[in-house]
Amino acid sequence: MSLIAQENDFSVEMQDIVLRFPGVLANDHVNFTLKRGEIHALLGENGAGKSTLMNVLSGLYRPGSGTIKINGKTLIFNSPKDAIASGIGMVHQHFMLVPTLTVTENILLGLDEPKFIMNLPKYNSKIAELQEKYGLKVDPVAKIWQLSVGEQQRVEILKMLYRGVDILILDEPTAVLAPQEIIDLMETMSALVSQGKSIIFISHKLHEVQQVADRLTVLRKGKVTAEGISVEGITRTQLAELMVGREVIFRVEKHHQELGEVVLEVSNLSAENNRGLPAVKDVSFNIREGEILGIAGVAGNGQSELVEAITGLRPCTGSICINEQEVANQSPRAGMKYGMAHIPEDRTGVGTAPNISITGNVIMKNYKQEPISSGWRINYPAADEHASGLKDLYDIQAPSVKTQARKLSGGNLQKLILAREISCRPKLIVAMQPTRGLDVGAIESVQNLLLEQRANGAAILLLSEELEELFELSDRIAVIYEGELVGQIDADQADLNTVGMMMTGSLRSNE
Amino acid sequence: MKLPFRVQISRRTEEIPKWLPAATSVGAVVAAFIISGIVLMAIGGDPLRVFGFFFRAAFGSWGAFSDIVVKATPLILIGLGCSVAFRMNMINIGAEGQFYIGAFFASLVVLVPLVPMDSPRILVLSLMAIMGILGGALYGFIPGFLKAKFNVNEVITTLMLNYVAVYWNNYWIFGKYSDAGFQMTPTFEKVAWLPRLADLARQYPIFSGITLHLGVVFGLIAAVIIWLILKYSRWGYEITLIGDNPKAAKYAGINIARNMILVMMLSGALAGLAGMSEITGVVHRLQERISTNYGFSGVIVAWLAKLNPFVVILVSILFGALIVAGREIQPSGLSFMIQGTILFLVISSDVLLRYKISIIKCQEEVV
Repeated sequence: MSLIAQENDFSVEMQDIVLRFPGVLANDHVNFTLKRGEIHALLGENGAGKSTLMNVLSGLYRPGSGTIKINGKTLIFNSPKDAIASGIGMVHQHFMLVPTLTVTENILLGLDEPKFIMNLPKYNSKIAELQEKYGLKVDPVAKIWQLSVGEQQRVEILKMLYRGVDILILDEPTAVLAPQEIIDLMETMSALVSQGKSIIFISHKLHEVQQVADRLTVLRKGKVTAEGISVEGITRTQLAELMVGREVIFRVEKHHQELGEVVLEVSNLSAENNRGLPAVKDVSFNIREGEILGIAGVAGNGQSELVEAITGLRPCTGSICINEQEVANQSPRAGMKYGMAHIPEDRTGVGTAPNISITGNVIMKNYKQEPISSGWRINYPAADEHASGLKDLYDIQAPSVKTQARKLSGGNLQKLILAREISCRPKLIVAMQPTRGLDVGAIESVQNLLLEQRANGAAILLLSEELEELFELSDRIAVIYEGELVGQIDADQADLNTVGMMMTGSLRSNE
Repeated sequence: MKLPFRVQISRRTEEIPKWLPAATSVGAVVAAFIISGIVLMAIGGDPLRVFGFFFRAAFGSWGAFSDIVVKATPLILIGLGCSVAFRMNMINIGAEGQFYIGAFFASLVVLVPLVPMDSPRILVLSLMAIMGILGGALYGFIPGFLKAKFNVNEVITTLMLNYVAVYWNNYWIFGKYSDAGFQMTPTFEKVAWLPRLADLARQYPIFSGITLHLGVVFGLIAAVIIWLILKYSRWGYEITLIGDNPKAAKYAGINIARNMILVMMLSGALAGLAGMSEITGVVHRLQERISTNYGFSGVIVAWLAKLNPFVVILVSILFGALIVAGREIQPSGLSFMIQGTILFLVISSDVLLRYKISIIKCQEEVV
């Protein structure tokens, strides 16, 4: 093989990429290569610099120094448009689609063709051809809002393929998908690669990486800890160590716990979703002191509405009692008064205020109590002290407690929320997707914090789409399907198969 | 044509230096004067002479400076009120109406009269201030309540209520309280006049003709109070939290509806007090056009001051200077042109805080 041919094996070569953000070196002399026709996994904890590196490659950021070669040629991208012109397209974690437009219209958006007259049928069939080629099934005339999350993701991929992209960057594509959709995505990825495309796959989930990737690169704190090594023969433990820098124990320690009094008693609870359709239907359950009730279900089966009703954010019918105090249809403050903590699904949209300091965010629920409150004013020195105590205790990585919340990574933001909620010494914790999008190190600490609270006698309602997590943490598992609880099983008697079938509505059991 | 260099605009990834926001604002004001100077030259004027005249008209004497502060006083109060509302993302553009209703309520003390006109001056003026605050607060309550209860857009309601307030005032000054058929009320008794420095001219001749009145003290006290509320109080924390992320505020158990109403009432109260200060300190009666668009200028003042209470005072004085100097100069549209240019440039200078603009020589690139 000649020297030139060898060079041309790489579709992407990034050398010595350096990018600095305020207070952090997001990319510290990073090297990254992508071979033509491979799936290359990019691993790392939150804030390790994976997304930053890919944003450099896709033209969103300009590196402080370093070079990027595409197919052997050194290029400088000034915008994502330049990157797409060179055949690089990124599918972001948060989709950038217009909900009221059709699939075809979304794909054509921003292109020079068609010029004035839309002639949609012509383009519909063009897109149908493209779908045929890569096995990405979506109805071209469907409106985006009618599509499931998995289908929307396919539209994003199609958007890039339609623009003639050869190198696809998928930023944590499985984070938002249901188990079946993940399998579909993996098949799509294989099909794309067999047609000559190359894929960079950003992920936290080690088993997915092992399943689908050829090679992998690991980043830790902005530096490369493993560069383009083969996936063959590497173990999950080794990978986790490369990411976190220490050994990670995959099994959480759950001890037997005597159950106490009933803390949360929900009876005949019903609630509507934002469109006014029934989303939670006649749900009843209870949780005792020291017990974790896990609720399994495919996203969008009423979990959000159930949590919002319990935490006082959504009107409902039926009864919700915390230690025999009725809190249904009262303000969120009522639940807090009786010891309810809430770890919301949406960390950035609901759980924190982006432009407010860490201090301002941790006092959100106790700013009316001594010593943080003193008369009409807030005692900011005391609040800062409280915040820096929590920052140390929960290991929140930030320059100071005056740092704005939006500058924290996902894992640190979640630690901030947990610190705030747990410091109120809750009797009941409602946690929705507490580990979603977190890296292995952060998942471990969040799960252990929840188990610690269980040992302290808190009752915990845990909603998660990660079955593995539910099985490990819960004492009992209930399954929600189309707003109804279709079964409740003791965790040690439950098996994945049964729960999986209940989640898709093909089995019901009411013990 | 291919230029030897290219302008590169990229999002700032690093922390901006502390001095940069102030520097861009000052730079924008300077640039506004340069652009205005070019326009002046284009129409055949001598910009240096005009600006020199401008400056002397505004700062040339104590009398002129006092006029500036008199003009700045309502702007300070209204600017503060708008700042509080904007902090919570309540867009109150109804200060004009709240100003008129505040003035109307305050004048009722004299016109009805609510207290005998031989009462002590302090009593009459305090009561007028309270009525002004009350009137403005009530007028702010209406859009606040509609927003909180029915989610009615406050931009529309506050804007529309401005017209209602003006015509409400007209109804009374053309009718029941008219001074012999003119569209104004009779001049108030002296007990209803805010003390002026000119009142001291007998003892201190230096103050003769100085129109500065006590209203500016209202403005300064209000600035300190608003600063304390926003920076240190529990309520200020709630306002900031709601402004930054209303969903998080709701999640934290904060009553958003109640805060919407309270903030609109505070905002209106300050505009109402401005109305009271204007009729008791300047015109000494209720009449048509007591406001020369103070309510709208106050919105601009709040934005230019980046919602900072103390900067509101500085910006108000700048605007006061433009108003005073504008009176002395022909064509009178000149000061509006400069005002508009300043506003345009200061607001667009925000781009410099978010983006870095660099010039790159083309040779550096290999494409």
